[in-house]
Amino acid sequence: MTSVTDAAPPRPAFRLTRAFHGIERLIVPALLIAGWEAFARSGMLPPALLPAPSAVLHALGDWVFGFDETTQTYSGHWLRDALASALRVFGGFALASLLGILAGVAIGWSRLFEKTLEPTLQMLRPIPPVSWIPLAIIWFGIADKPAIFLVFLGAFFPVLMNSIHGVKTVDHNLVRAGAMMGANQRQMLTDIVLPAALPSIFAGLRIAVGSAWMLTVTAEMVAVKSGLGYVLWDSYYFLRYDIVLAAMISIGLLGYLSDLGLKAIMARTLRWQQTTTVQGRAG
Amino acid sequence: MAAIELRNIVKVFSDKRRGRDLLTLDNINLDIEANDFVCLLGPSGCGKSTLLNIIAGFEQATSGRTLVDGKQVERPGSDRGVVFQQPTLMPWLTAIDNIAFHLKLKGVAKAERYDRAMEFIDLVGLRGFEHHHPSEMSGGMNQRVGIARALLMNPSVILMDEPFAALDAQTKLEMQEELVAIWQKRRCTIVFVTHSVDEALVLGNKIVVMTKRPGRIREAVDFDLPRPRDITSPEFNDAKRHVLALIREESTRLAQAS
Ligand SMILES: Nc1ncnc2c1ncn2[C@@H]1O[C@H](COP(=O)(O)OP(=O)(O)O)[C@@H](O)[C@H]1O
Ligand SMILES: [Mg+2]
Repeated sequence: MTSVTDAAPPRPAFRLTRAFHGIERLIVPALLIAGWEAFARSGMLPPALLPAPSAVLHALGDWVFGFDETTQTYSGHWLRDALASALRVFGGFALASLLGILAGVAIGWSRLFEKTLEPTLQMLRPIPPVSWIPLAIIWFGIADKPAIFLVFLGAFFPVLMNSIHGVKTVDHNLVRAGAMMGANQRQMLTDIVLPAALPSIFAGLRIAVGSAWMLTVTAEMVAVKSGLGYVLWDSYYFLRYDIVLAAMISIGLLGYLSDLGLKAIMARTLRWQQTTTVQGRAG
Repeated sequence: MAAIELRNIVKVFSDKRRGRDLLTLDNINLDIEANDFVCLLGPSGCGKSTLLNIIAGFEQATSGRTLVDGKQVERPGSDRGVVFQQPTLMPWLTAIDNIAFHLKLKGVAKAERYDRAMEFIDLVGLRGFEHHHPSEMSGGMNQRVGIARALLMNPSVILMDEPFAALDAQTKLEMQEELVAIWQKRRCTIVFVTHSVDEALVLGNKIVVMTKRPGRIREAVDFDLPRPRDITSPEFNDAKRHVLALIREESTRLAQAS
C-alpha cells in the first residue's frame, strides 16, 4: 500500500512533458505555415493569388533591405513607410490620450462637466470613426491630417470611457481619508483621484493603441499616399499579394510592439499593484 | 471644556427607494473629556459609525451641535485623526509615504517628512517595512500604518471605527495592547467604536452603551480598572455583567416591541 502512494512518477516521462512544454506553442503556427507553403507550391491556385510564406518573406526582406528589387518602388523603403504610419499612430494617440484623460477626469470628477459635456460626447461615440472619412478628406485634404484625425477619433473614446470609469469608481473612503488629512480640492484630484484612477486609464490607453493602428491603416488606404496601409492597398491594385501579406505582417508586428511598450510603461508606473494584479492577470 | 461635545444630535437618513425617513440617531448628548479613551459600544446598525462620521465631519447631523475643542465641526480636518475599519491607505504609496501624506499635502520637504514619519514607524513597530506597499503587508500591518498616519497629524482627537474587526484574534489582542500603550504614552483623546463587549472593556476608561432603532445612548459607564486589564478578574466580570445586562434589557425591549 505504501509503495503505491510513495512511488514517484516515472522520470523520463516527466522530462518529456517538460521539454514538450517549451515547443508546444510553436506547433500550431509551424503546421499552419508548412501546410500553407505546401498548398501554395502544389499549383492548385496561381502563385499570384496565394503567395507561399517563402515568397512573402522574400518580399518583406526586399522591402526592408532592398536586396533584389522584387518589391520594385518599395524596395528598401520599409523603414520610411513604417515610420510614416507610426508617426500618425503616435500623433493621433498622443492627442487622444491627452484630451481623453482631461475630459474623462473632468466628467468623472465634476457634476458640471458631466451634465454639460458628457451627453454630446456619448452621442458622438457610436458613430464609427471610418464614417468620418469623407468629412476628414474635405476638411483636411489628402495628407497626414485626416489620418491623425481618424486615429484620434478611434483612440479618444476608449481613453475617455476608461478615465470616467476610473475616476467614478475611486474608493469613497480614500477621498474621505484625503479630506481627513487636509487635502484641498486640487490636491484631492492630483494626489488621490488621479493615481487611484491610473489602472483604469491605462486599460483605456491599451485599447486605444490598438484602435490607433487599425485607423491609421484604414486612413492610409483612402486618404493618404504613404505608410504601410498605402503600400498594402497599392500592392493590391498591382496584384502583388506577397507585398499585401508582408504589409499585414508588418502592421501586426508594430501594433504588437506598441502594446508591449505601453505595457512596460504601465508596469513601471503601476509597480505598486504589481504583486496583486499586473502580474497575476495581465501576465 | 470637554474635548468633544455632542448636543442634541439627530440624524435622519431619507430612504429614497422606500420613500420613508429613517431616524438613525435620536437626540444624542455626550461630553468626552480630553485624554479619555471612550468606547462606543452597540449592536451593528445602531448608528455608531454615523455618530463617528458626524464627529469626523464626513456627515452632517440633521440637527444638533458638534463641538471639538469648542469649535463647531463643519468639515473633515486634520485636527481629527480617523482610523477606518479597512486600512484605507493609498495603495500606490509606501508605508512611510502613507504615514507622511499629511505632511506632503502641507508642502513639507521629503527629507523632513521621512524624518518625522520614522518616529511613528517605530511607534507602531514597522521598522524595516517603511518602503513596503500596502499590497505587500498583512492586514494588521496596514492597520498599524493607518494608526501611525492618524497619530502623525497630532490631532486633538482620534476616531476609530472598528479598526480591528477584520483582524484575526491573535493580531487583534496584540493591536489592542499596543493601542493602549500608545494612548498611555501620548495622552490623546480616543473615540473607539466597537460592537464587542470584551474589546470595549479591555480598551476604554469610559464605555458608552448605545441602543438600536433609534440610536440612543443607554448609559455611559466610567470604567477605571487598572491596566493591563485581566479579563478573568472578578472586577472585569462585574463590569461585563453590568454592560451585558444593559444590552440584554435592550434586546428584550425590542423583542417585546415587535
Ligand atoms: N448613507 C446612508 N443612507 C441611508 N441609511 C444609512 C446610511 N448610513 C447608515 N444608514 C443606516 O443607519 C443605520 C446606522 O448605520 P451605522 O451608523 O453604519 O451603524 P453601525 O456603525 O452602528 O453598525 C443603519 O440602519 C443604516 O442602514
Ligand atoms: Mg459601523
